[in-house]
Amino acid sequence: MTINGWIQILIFCGIVVLLVKPLGGYMTRVYQGERTFLSFIFAPFERLLYRLAGTSENEDQHWTTYAAGMLAFNLLGFLVLYALQRFQAGLPFNPAGMGAVGPELAFNTATSFVTNTNWQNYGGESTMSYLVQMAGLTVQNFVSAATGMALAIALVRGFSRASAKSIGNFWVDLTRSTLYILLPLCIVLTLFYVYSGVPQTLGAYIDATTLEGAKQTIAVGPVASQLAIKMLGTNGGGFFNANSAHPFENPDALVNLVQMVTIFAIGAALTNVFGRMVGNQRQGWAILASMGVLFIVGVIVTYWAEAAGNPLIHALGIEGGNMEGKEVRFGIPLSALFAVVTTAASCGAVNAMHDSFTALGGMIPIINMELGEVIIGGVGAGLYGILIFVIIAIFVAGLMVGRTPEYLGKKIEGKEVKMAMLAMLCLPLAMLVFTAISVVMPSAVASIANQGPHGFSEILYAYTSAAANNGSAFGGLTGNTPWYNITLGIVMMMGRFMVIIPALAIAGSLAAKKTVPASAGTFPTDSGLFVGLLVGVILIVGGLTFLPALALGPIAEHLAIAAGQTF
Amino acid sequence: MSKMKSVSIMDAAIIVPAIGAAFKKLDPRSLARNPVMFVVAVVSALTTVLFLKDIAVGNSNLGFSFQIIIWLWFTVLFANFAEAVAEGRGKAQADSLRRTRTETQAKLLTGEDRAKFVMVPGAGLKVGDLVLVEAGDIIPSDGEVVEGVASVNEAAITGESAPVIRESGGDRSAVTGGTQVLSDWIKVRITAAAGSTFLDRMIALVEGAERQKTPNEIALNILLAGMTLIFVLATATIPSFATYAGGSVPVVVLVALFVTLIPTTIGALLSAIGIAGMDRLVRFNVLAMSGRAVEAAGDVDTLLLDKTGTITLGNRQASEFRPIKGVTEKELADAAQLASLADETPEGRSIVVLAKEKYAIRERDMRTLHASFVPFTAQTRMSGVDVEGSSIRKGAVDAILDHVAKGPAAALASSASGVATMQASSASIVEIRAIAEEIAKSGGTPLAVVRDGRPLGVIHLKDIVKGGIKERFTELRRMGIRTVMITGDNPMTAAAIAAEAGVDDFLAQATPENKLQLIREEQAKGKLVAMCGDGTNDAPALAQADVGVAMNTGTVAAREAGNMVDLDSDPTKLIEIVEIGKQLLMTRGALTTFSIANDIAKYFAIIPAMFLAFYPQLKVLNVMNLSTPQSAILSAIIFNALIIIALIPLALRGVKYHAVGAASLLRRNLIIYGLGGIIVPFIGIKAIDMVVSALGLA
Repeated sequence: MTINGWIQILIFCGIVVLLVKPLGGYMTRVYQGERTFLSFIFAPFERLLYRLAGTSENEDQHWTTYAAGMLAFNLLGFLVLYALQRFQAGLPFNPAGMGAVGPELAFNTATSFVTNTNWQNYGGESTMSYLVQMAGLTVQNFVSAATGMALAIALVRGFSRASAKSIGNFWVDLTRSTLYILLPLCIVLTLFYVYSGVPQTLGAYIDATTLEGAKQTIAVGPVASQLAIKMLGTNGGGFFNANSAHPFENPDALVNLVQMVTIFAIGAALTNVFGRMVGNQRQGWAILASMGVLFIVGVIVTYWAEAAGNPLIHALGIEGGNMEGKEVRFGIPLSALFAVVTTAASCGAVNAMHDSFTALGGMIPIINMELGEVIIGGVGAGLYGILIFVIIAIFVAGLMVGRTPEYLGKKIEGKEVKMAMLAMLCLPLAMLVFTAISVVMPSAVASIANQGPHGFSEILYAYTSAAANNGSAFGGLTGNTPWYNITLGIVMMMGRFMVIIPALAIAGSLAAKKTVPASAGTFPTDSGLFVGLLVGVILIVGGLTFLPALALGPIAEHLAIAAGQTF
Repeated sequence: MSKMKSVSIMDAAIIVPAIGAAFKKLDPRSLARNPVMFVVAVVSALTTVLFLKDIAVGNSNLGFSFQIIIWLWFTVLFANFAEAVAEGRGKAQADSLRRTRTETQAKLLTGEDRAKFVMVPGAGLKVGDLVLVEAGDIIPSDGEVVEGVASVNEAAITGESAPVIRESGGDRSAVTGGTQVLSDWIKVRITAAAGSTFLDRMIALVEGAERQKTPNEIALNILLAGMTLIFVLATATIPSFATYAGGSVPVVVLVALFVTLIPTTIGALLSAIGIAGMDRLVRFNVLAMSGRAVEAAGDVDTLLLDKTGTITLGNRQASEFRPIKGVTEKELADAAQLASLADETPEGRSIVVLAKEKYAIRERDMRTLHASFVPFTAQTRMSGVDVEGSSIRKGAVDAILDHVAKGPAAALASSASGVATMQASSASIVEIRAIAEEIAKSGGTPLAVVRDGRPLGVIHLKDIVKGGIKERFTELRRMGIRTVMITGDNPMTAAAIAAEAGVDDFLAQATPENKLQLIREEQAKGKLVAMCGDGTNDAPALAQADVGVAMNTGTVAAREAGNMVDLDSDPTKLIEIVEIGKQLLMTRGALTTFSIANDIAKYFAIIPAMFLAFYPQLKVLNVMNLSTPQSAILSAIIFNALIIIALIPLALRGVKYHAVGAASLLRRNLIIYGLGGIIVPFIGIKAIDMVVSALGLA
């Protein structure tokens, strides 16, 4: 580890923290329907959309109606995206002449983009037409992110409203997330990326003749626009197969920094929106601090593991950290940081191959995802994910102050606990059960690239990434088989909707409750003590479940390498 | 005040039957009430069956499996034992109550005029029947006195042997079946049928027969069941992972890991905590009609307390003599003392005492003075004496001034000096009123004194705020509880006493209506309200309050409306009730936290042991340096079982509540039960491992 490396990491953290308040303030105004400096452009358009959809911004929905709208919208998005892929050969904007995508892969990809996962069992430049990339994938990149943000706001309303029947209007939240937040930021970012050298063209791939006289086809396309939303919406699906390790998708250190910052920007700012909407910004900062503690620990471990390198290679007389699978223009610190950021935040874009990380360096991304993507997390998903942990933490420890547990004046009772436990149950169910089936299925094991514990980690990583709606891959695993296409698709849906529906139920139940005024007897939830408690509960309740799997994967691998053993 | 005989935690009379009960509770129907322990019993049965199969096929190395299975069953039995001990304490109390519920004969009044009675068995009485109870009789069932007055020994239910007066009308008309009339007679209208009397309910409550899960307990059970399911997934997937790694894990080891991971500690003690909470109230002589009420007590935000008897001593006391101009203090004290000599009310006695203390005016004998006492009547609203031709009166200021205006002054009006007297008296009336107002403002009650139609001054009767009550309120404030004083006084007086006692707010000139209104307002703000009351007019407010504590001396209506009954009729006890409620919730939270925190050490004991056969490098995770894999697993399961026994006293006694505010309370408990929960099992498992390997068990 170097001072220079740490300075780069601190600059990143500093920028994210500085963005929290202004962005949070702006987003709060947007969600509360107040005028913003962009209203003069978007407000007429917004009203037109509501009129077309037959709704109104004053029409509030019960949580079941909200959930039904969300599910219907996602189903429609899935069907459109599936159809686009299957029929892309006959549709316009296909200069490379791509053929129809197979049914399993199309199912996997459609699920992947609708659930904000962006797991890619395909290489973009060799599979998808420009139309699918733009009208299919990029559209879902926007609306799946907006769906997550809407859901988070709905849950926040559960806390901020009292004795209310409704938790907001899904269509309004979806529209505002897209129109006022994602779209303007993406336009600015796209221009910046184009300026930095990222391609943005509808033209055909370029043929170049190399110095040796060989012909090389260079894939281009509308990259910059997809890149902007890929990060901002924590989607992570790359235009190119190599994702943000590709020079056209991540040309230099500055673009790399902007990409990392935009992964965290909205998720971090949502904690501030939460604080503002419940009337105490400190509540938001406490949540962000808990996320921050877990994040920093992850960065330290990964950076340390990567900088320390592989003892087996050291034994060959080659000094230095682990550079396998990393881009030289980013080096160890920025690759390690990127890996932690992208898995903490459910993004899944990569600028280095996680498969090539050291055992422990690669374990942190797995842990980040196993905790349910609550460290900043996916846009919206991170906030509702951590609020579910908050409910559990408050319920367990809140009793210790001698009152029925309350959070922000809302009593946490049977219904909330039931829904929170349902959501908690979904992760081990999706991650562990499918891994357990795959590792004993010869056809599934055939997809792994390495034997021994590392191969185990590859399968574990795939299901973990899918269930957490992250989408990053550990490489190594050949995922484009019917088994993985279908099961990963199912796992992505479980990871998304088995959390969303209980979260909405909690929102509905909380909104209907009275708000108990705080007193000296109330458990303070904006203190360091609460931060420590929350971190402890996330690690013990969320993390310990996975210890056996981690012991057999990365931990066994790490100890074996340390002992000089290979597989 | 004598409390009901309490039974110590580790009494042989409770332990021995509890051991038997622990086995009886292995009945699946009884286990099914507790999801966590039910699951443990199921996997224990499963491993037992597998073990029997292993014996049948003659597998070797059965000693280790046998020990694990034994400890698995112990885990279940220990949980049953904890519940049985908690119930046992209640049963002992119920038995002593039951002995008082002997078969009684009742004198049922019959006929048109209800003058005659026939003897019928007490159990055959119906609601509405009228019975006569005479000296020496046991009151056959709960009822309301409709005629007569009698002294009653209620020791059977309150443990208090001093007799209490029960009379028709007013707030002391309720009688309880099983108590005994000591003198005189009363006619009682029966209000409860046999089997549903107060005593019956009390027996059922302390026995735990009527115990229903409270809302918080249900929520906690959901959490525990959810965690159990999560750990089912975590352990059920291990065999497949192990197969990939080229090894295998015996079922008995998986079961051991599973049982140690699921929250058995809190699962085993949860119902014991609930029963013990109710029991603690019973030993405080408070009967909660439901566990829900006890839980609600912990959540109370606002306490409504009656001023008289709770905040102030029941009686006002004379604290000062305030003469008007031209009258000496001693003169006033002398008149006041004479007027109060025969006044047996506490206020009257306190005037005599003050006169003696301050002016050394000796007590005089009424007879030697040839004085005649004029008692207080509702019409005159004053009392006094007529002595040596002069009349002295004391009473409410208005009443006395009325008396001055009409009485002797009118008789004197014809005389020449009469005009002067009139003038003097109109000036003194103004002065009296001024003094009276001043006293009222300071929270006191003014009592005017007049001799022969001439006002002398005012006695300052002071409400004496109970010693230590201010500190109690400060403590309550630190607990986050707002106290509101309820009083019939005028706002001025109320404000002064409220300030002196240190309550947060007061309701002056309280009526049943505005009391109810106040409770509703607080509840609309999301607050939980507790109050106590005894009169029939308190019933609506008691019913509306989240925690309504009815005084045992109160009316039947009040007792029906409240969700708790205080057998000692001590309104101050509301504060203890709140503490008991908090203690109940805290104990649950503390043991849940402890139970979950334990998992870290258990993982570190079992995981390396489990996988060592195929990944020997994992021995690094054996941070406790346990001697062998078998010993590690066995030690973890033994620790898991023994910790239940070790925590039974804490579960029954409850975690101590300190009124220090939520933040420091949480910090303290998180350190003890959270951090402690992480560290203790590391030490415990290591210690057990040393014993296990020393004994050569594994």
